[in-house]
Amino acid sequence: MKTVEEIKAAIEAAVPGAGVEVVHNPGPSGQHSLRLDPSHAVEVAKFLRSDAELAFDFLSNVTGVDWPDREVTEKVRVTRPVTRTVDGVEQTVEETVEETRKHVERGCLEVVFHLFSIEKKHGPLVLRMRTVNRTDQVELPSLTPVWRSAEFQEREIFDLYGVVFKGHPDLRRILMWEGFKDHPMRRDYVEPDDFDYEPTAHDEVLARAKAHQAALQAAAVGHEGTGAD
Amino acid sequence: MTKIGTKLGFGRKKKPEGWNRPPVIEQTSEGELLEVAMGPHHPSTHGVFRMNLALDGERVIRLKPEFGYLHRNHEKLGEGQSYLASMPYTDRLDYLCSLTNNWAYALAVEKLTGQQVPERAEYLRVILSELTRFQNHAGTIGFLMQDMGCSGTPLMYAFREREKILDLFEELTGSRMMCNYMRFGGCRVDATPAWLDATRKVVAGLPAFLDEFEALLRSNEILMARTQGVGILPPDLAVNAGITGPLLRASGVNYDIRKVDHYGIYDRFNFKVPLGDHGDVYDRFMIRMLEMRESLKILDQALKEIPGGPVVDPKAKIRGFRPKPGEAYGRIESPKGELGFYLISDGGPNPYRYRVRPPSLINLTVLEDMSLGQNVADVVLILGSVDIVMGEVDR
Repeated sequence: MKTVEEIKAAIEAAVPGAGVEVVHNPGPSGQHSLRLDPSHAVEVAKFLRSDAELAFDFLSNVTGVDWPDREVTEKVRVTRPVTRTVDGVEQTVEETVEETRKHVERGCLEVVFHLFSIEKKHGPLVLRMRTVNRTDQVELPSLTPVWRSAEFQEREIFDLYGVVFKGHPDLRRILMWEGFKDHPMRRDYVEPDDFDYEPTAHDEVLARAKAHQAALQAAAVGHEGTGAD
Repeated sequence: MTKIGTKLGFGRKKKPEGWNRPPVIEQTSEGELLEVAMGPHHPSTHGVFRMNLALDGERVIRLKPEFGYLHRNHEKLGEGQSYLASMPYTDRLDYLCSLTNNWAYALAVEKLTGQQVPERAEYLRVILSELTRFQNHAGTIGFLMQDMGCSGTPLMYAFREREKILDLFEELTGSRMMCNYMRFGGCRVDATPAWLDATRKVVAGLPAFLDEFEALLRSNEILMARTQGVGILPPDLAVNAGITGPLLRASGVNYDIRKVDHYGIYDRFNFKVPLGDHGDVYDRFMIRMLEMRESLKILDQALKEIPGGPVVDPKAKIRGFRPKPGEAYGRIESPKGELGFYLISDGGPNPYRYRVRPPSLINLTVLEDMSLGQNVADVVLILGSVDIVMGEVDR
């Protein structure tokens, strides 16, 4: 298989302005990955699937990862003017000091795709995409139209992480029930003390059956009424 | 019935937009559609699984699978404990095949940390996985027959042999189903010569069982009438939908991870990959039958060649280790399909992200495509031929 750098070059030749970035994996597995720009992801995916040499026809695994906001502490050297009294005379001197600064690195939700080729029997190629933040801009393009195997896995990520996949044909919760509010796989998820009510499979069916029976009964009563006259 | 053939046009043929979506089937009869919630407590759904069907007479015109009744957030549990502590939990994914689950997880951690596995441990892993594959396939065929209304006999034949294999597991690992046997860099305990002899004896008796089982079922008229041409899965859709395992190979796609990745020591064994050419329920049944024979070939070779030596690398860190930051995806050919584990380490004692790629869940993607237009009684067979375990689907 081509290296990720070569694949990056091939993508950039085929999809101009794709904005692909190599993410180095420092571990011994040597599975480096490519970070895609969400706005070009579907085009890049179509290219990877249909290119005769790469032929990544098999999307094996789709994973959601949560990267919460984190406080980064770093030491910086700063130079600043200091007023000092030297021998009774006030002087302003430049002084370099080491200072500890803290800032908050904004978190995001990440989706990781593992691609293989059944035709060429190579892989894995790891792709990643990141949302802008974890709260309101959590949209990513869905790759389900390109690889159907993403269908349930993207639903699972939507359910457990809250990533909204644009273009998914049937984006619903898959493991938790409809009406569940939170996203349990997020790292800051807090379990509620108690679930008072868990819906069962038959609630909806039961409600419709009751409505149906009621309608039948109403019709029967109406019929009887006209018959007596 | 159209023959699919083994020639594939991977991505070369220009396909219309949305070709990989399930087709829309029109109602042909007059009258109302019948909506049925099949499951979660239905004997044919292999656990707590529900299908919402819309029926036009006997014909299925819509099918929506519903999951989550057995969901316990396995992946979250994995993030909250050390690498070793997740090993017994992997037994509970596909509880019929705990040893292959162990291997997939051990393989992913070994990739993450760069550990080596001693030769004898690799052989033991192969022997145990192939025994697991054998008992899983025999059981799957038995359950398929049970779903068909062939109550008892084939399933009991399969379980008679499964019992012998589970006795071997119990003797070696201490448990029949929840084996928790593999470790990062090897296996937990060594097999005694007596155990290897007992295994050789059991394996020597399995071909006779297979002959009997195949003669009983292969050309049975009712089986052929019920399964041939039912639930056809075209190969291009199977590849696009990420189907793996016997289900993919029954559609004629030659993809076996044992042959592709050569993980462990699979490049040393001489075995074939059986392929179907119709992609129907009968092919899936037959593929499993043939795969059992290939597993026996591997078992014979492995039991003959198994060397001496340690079963775990003496330098291997099994507990309380902190892998360097990085990530790894390890996968094996489990009896159900591609079982993968994806781990991200941030340098701590627990994985930052622990993901299971469940073959059972992803193989259900095409359940609707296979079932549309079929009779409702055939949906039971189609689901049985996919071979799912809800412990793995819902995690």
